[in-house]
Amino acid sequence: MKRFLPLIIIAVVLLVAITAGWALMRSQPPASSPISSTETSPAVIAPGAEPPHVRGEASAPVTIEEFGDFQCPPCGAVYPELKKVEHEYGSRLRVIFRELPLVPMHAHAGWAARSAEAAGLQGRFWEMHDKLYENQKAWTDLPDARPVFTSYAKSLGLDMERFARDLESEAVDRRIFLDGKRAHALGVVSTPTLFLNGREVPFETFKLPGGLNELIDAALRGTGP
Amino acid sequence: MMAEPSKARGAWLYGIAAAVALIGLGDAIYLTVEHVTGQSVRCTLISGCSEVLSSSYAVVAGVPLAGLGCVAYFTAFSLATLAAFGYRFAGKLLTVMVGLMLLETLWLLYVQAFVIRHFCQFCLLSALVTFVLTGLVIAQRRRHSLASKT
Repeated sequence: MKRFLPLIIIAVVLLVAITAGWALMRSQPPASSPISSTETSPAVIAPGAEPPHVRGEASAPVTIEEFGDFQCPPCGAVYPELKKVEHEYGSRLRVIFRELPLVPMHAHAGWAARSAEAAGLQGRFWEMHDKLYENQKAWTDLPDARPVFTSYAKSLGLDMERFARDLESEAVDRRIFLDGKRAHALGVVSTPTLFLNGREVPFETFKLPGGLNELIDAALRGTGP
Repeated sequence: MMAEPSKARGAWLYGIAAAVALIGLGDAIYLTVEHVTGQSVRCTLISGCSEVLSSSYAVVAGVPLAGLGCVAYFTAFSLATLAAFGYRFAGKLLTVMVGLMLLETLWLLYVQAFVIRHFCQFCLLSALVTFVLTGLVIAQRRRHSLASKT
């Protein structure tokens, strides 16, 4: 019996570990809005932070979902192009922004994302989003960009005490984490990555001047994604 | 007469190693479940869990690193348990296993400190567990080599 005792202990621990993992998994609340059990696509399993940051009408025939990093230079370059098409297409275009701070590569991307999300908790996400991109070159090489982000929050008239508290809050952590989970689920590894009506658009096609217009026009004609 | 207490102490060291490995296993199970279910792991002592656990370093070839941690800690627990019951091969394998875990831990600490520049408390707990396991394995090896000299 003693010969088998260690094997019995190991088997019991394995059983307890599996049971504990299963019980822990069942005790977790759903990551987002209720999901039908029949819907198993990665995008549905990992819907990202809810509610997402959206500009445009829900009824718009074209939706662009961007995974962005406020410190990534190509994201900064695509930003004015996106603003331009938002203006041009008006109610026909809806834009969703998802956080994907590439922290190992971009030292300030994490705090930039936190700043945008903290501003979002006060209903000013897009204003902070625009400020971060429009001034990207001013803060990207600083040793510490946090004071700059704080100054943007001040200029937006945010409640600064709340902003400082929200920067490291669970709500902000959770939003960035859930957007990151969605990125992983969709296989997004770089920024900017755009999905047009749910289909990933190669960077080469939208980095060119007018590239976004062509894609949106094709989608409106029903010949695109 | 002297060999028996020494042997018993060796068994206790392995027993402690098995118990310590269980702490690492619990930590790794928690992180794996949070990863799989898409929950946000909240750092209660320090900030940085989101940065670390949503970074590209948290996944290896599509597998959550925490999942690999579960396998590693369960293996360490099993080997330590077998070694505590006198299975010699298990003690040797445990030394190799803990050595590999130590190398991985040092790499991950470097990544957190110098690449991501954020720390995750659950990853630090895992690192502490590996350091303790390393200390126990070294103590056991020293005790073993001293015993074989006498």
